[in-house]
Amino acid sequence: MRSIRLKIFRGTSNSGEFKEYTLEVEEGMVVLDAIHRLQATQSPDLACRWNCKAGKCGSCSAEINGKPRLMCMTRLNDLPVNKTITIAPLQTFPIMKDLATDVSWNYQVNKKITPFTPKSNAEWHWEQKDIDRIQEFRKCIECFLCQDVCHVLRVHQKHSVYAGPRFFVRMAALEMHPIDSADRLPFLKTDAGLGYCNITKCCTQVCPESIAITDNAIIPLKERVVDRFYDPIFILFRKLFKKK
Amino acid sequence: MDAKYTTHEFDVLVIGAGGAGLRAAIEASANGLKVALVCKSLLGKAHTVMAEGGIAAALGTVDSRDTWQQHFADTMIGGNLANHWQMAQIHALEAPDRVRELEKWGAVFDRTTDGKGNINVRHFGGHTYKRLAHVGDRTGLELLRTLQDRGVHQGIEVFMECTVYSLLKKENRVVGAFGYFRETGSPVLFKAKSIVLATGGIGKLYRVSSNSWECTGDGFALGYLAGAELADMEYVQFHPTGMVWPPSVRGLLITEGVRGEGGVFRNNLGKRFMFDYIPPKYKDKYASTEEEANTWFQKVIVEGRKEETVKERKPPELMSRDVVARALWTEIEQGRGFEHGGIHLDIATRRSAEDIKKKLPSMYHQFKQLADVDITKVPMEVGPTCHYMMGGIKVDPETQGSTIDGLFAAGECSAGMHGSNRLGGNSLSDLLVFGRRAGLSAAEYSKKIKTFEQIDESELDQLNHEMNRPFENPKGENAYAILSDLQQVMEKGAGMYREEKGMMNCLKELDQIKKRLEKVSTEGNRMFNPGWHTALDLRNLLIVGEAITRAALIRRESRGAHTRIDFLNYSESFSKTRVIVKKSAQEMQVSSENLSQIPKDFEAELIAKNILNEVVLNQLRGKIAAH
Repeated sequence: MRSIRLKIFRGTSNSGEFKEYTLEVEEGMVVLDAIHRLQATQSPDLACRWNCKAGKCGSCSAEINGKPRLMCMTRLNDLPVNKTITIAPLQTFPIMKDLATDVSWNYQVNKKITPFTPKSNAEWHWEQKDIDRIQEFRKCIECFLCQDVCHVLRVHQKHSVYAGPRFFVRMAALEMHPIDSADRLPFLKTDAGLGYCNITKCCTQVCPESIAITDNAIIPLKERVVDRFYDPIFILFRKLFKKK
Repeated sequence: MDAKYTTHEFDVLVIGAGGAGLRAAIEASANGLKVALVCKSLLGKAHTVMAEGGIAAALGTVDSRDTWQQHFADTMIGGNLANHWQMAQIHALEAPDRVRELEKWGAVFDRTTDGKGNINVRHFGGHTYKRLAHVGDRTGLELLRTLQDRGVHQGIEVFMECTVYSLLKKENRVVGAFGYFRETGSPVLFKAKSIVLATGGIGKLYRVSSNSWECTGDGFALGYLAGAELADMEYVQFHPTGMVWPPSVRGLLITEGVRGEGGVFRNNLGKRFMFDYIPPKYKDKYASTEEEANTWFQKVIVEGRKEETVKERKPPELMSRDVVARALWTEIEQGRGFEHGGIHLDIATRRSAEDIKKKLPSMYHQFKQLADVDITKVPMEVGPTCHYMMGGIKVDPETQGSTIDGLFAAGECSAGMHGSNRLGGNSLSDLLVFGRRAGLSAAEYSKKIKTFEQIDESELDQLNHEMNRPFENPKGENAYAILSDLQQVMEKGAGMYREEKGMMNCLKELDQIKKRLEKVSTEGNRMFNPGWHTALDLRNLLIVGEAITRAALIRRESRGAHTRIDFLNYSESFSKTRVIVKKSAQEMQVSSENLSQIPKDFEAELIAKNILNEVVLNQLRGKIAAH
């Protein structure tokens, strides 16, 4: 048993402030355990999301000491001892209450993406090596930490013209599926605003699933968009041979 | 009615957005109906994401000997014949189609390495052949995400973070549901022509559990309160392998896939003890010595030889969960456990570090991050954890219709498919097969209903008042303290091992908790208030807890997950009955009814094909000694 100090945002989008708490904790506890203990003993109406408590559902995202992380996978032992731990809601989305934010925008973006569209004459056989790279993208647990940290959303608030790393990963998984036939490049270039990303790799750094978002998803998609829309030789080639 | 309460009208209302709910909603919507999907959390966060090992389906892509008949037989033997045989049959028949359909919708399963590029399948407890289609150890996430992406493009209307508090009825028919949104706390009315309950499990009823906060038995309680019959409530599955340390992760699931990939149990004497726990029904199917098991492991898992060509039998670590959980419990009880009260599960000495990280990536990370344990170097410490509810709303095996008109149930909150013990991998296939069927039946039912019913506003006022009670009660006990006591009462009185005296006592203690719950108080207001949510969820947990205990008292035998210290054997008379729980004016009403038996000619056919074994059937039917 030891005692820790916590500073947690309490309030709504209209008004709120960080409140300080002191709490007895045990070895092995994660930040989410501390929140649960606070709810049980001091503050039953403290709002936060959680489900699996095993890093698999991506519900308990928050900013712990300024870093976007899953509360269920952040051990108290790994944070500086004797210092107050600050827990804030994700900054990129509107606050609902305390640590719960309104992430509904993400669901709206997802709806706009052309779904999986298999080729009509597809053979449903492929090798493991053909899908290794998209299985990496499909590990995404939609914690939206990458969206939270992306400066295009966080600082520049480009929510209306930019899809964010989460959905670049999703589109990469679809575009690179061995038998998908849909074309999402025009959407990526315009509505999804892929060009806004300037490859700072912040998203990759915070991904709890260790998906190489920038290197494996965003950069290959950028290359495809460039090839299609900006490469003069490709454009000439397509004009000459009347290919799309 | 004037719009005092926000009101929505839908042909089909699906409550619960895990695999079963999503699959039901997709099917109903594909039939051209207006469908609402209500989820307690955000879409895509349901407990289905925790399913790790795979989806059981006799695809025969790896072992060509596999058939739907064998899958059916494994399910029935695993469930100790307490299953509704017809559900087990439908499930085994339709599961392969549901898996292939999922692939057509975009799921990306691991592939075979034989150059044919088919869906790969793996071993799991109680399945005769390799049978689980999988994606590493995150199959549930793959299934859920695939259904989610399919669903949102099909025009299903999703209501996130919305909890249903009560079903609404006209005579014996459901006509709507009343609940609240978490964010605002504001009440909402759904008028519906039919309703599908797909609310998942009850794990929060026990102290050590693999389940999330959502699993509070909502569907069971909503159905029960509306007058639907519940069946098989005594069968609660304890998964053998939950984490035991650190305390904050106690109960967290370790996939059976660890054993599927070669993991073995050892006690503190270094003994691989599972050979001592093989029940008669599995004597022919599992290795009797360590040598035999190791040879099988070497040939099948390490060298990847076809199992057809291997004469050794598979290791007993791969028996069904009820058997393995009891073995672990016994070893721990008799003092052969380790420092944190668990048993060692060792994969480190069996597979290379590279293989472990590739085959069991989430397990590797889970232990590394949460327990500072590197499973490629040292064993994991594990113990039983409450995992799954086999019992639930009694449904028609083909339509998933409950005993209430217009009310259907699918997935964990329905009963019958798994009997007294579920096999790993049969849950994901269950929710696809029966989720689809429930959605289809609900759609057909709704098509026959012309108009939405008027709802009596005073009934809604009454419910809303009930929901408000924790704020109006004088300041007193909070919901978390009551929940914690409830969990301890259930663990002690109706946990893995049960006996009459303990259960009688448990009922008395549940009654006291019920009285405390009436006086529960909550701070703050209705806006996103977890203390309030817990207070309301407790009603459901208490109903389920009482149903489990009362059903378990009636069944005076041991079968599958239901173990009675005072009645250790299979009983011939109980092998033919299922326990039914129903609401009556005073208290919970418990009765028994006949359990439908496998037709004689079908059974004879499977015995002739060596798929079922007559001696084993007679043991499970209590005709000859088995324990």
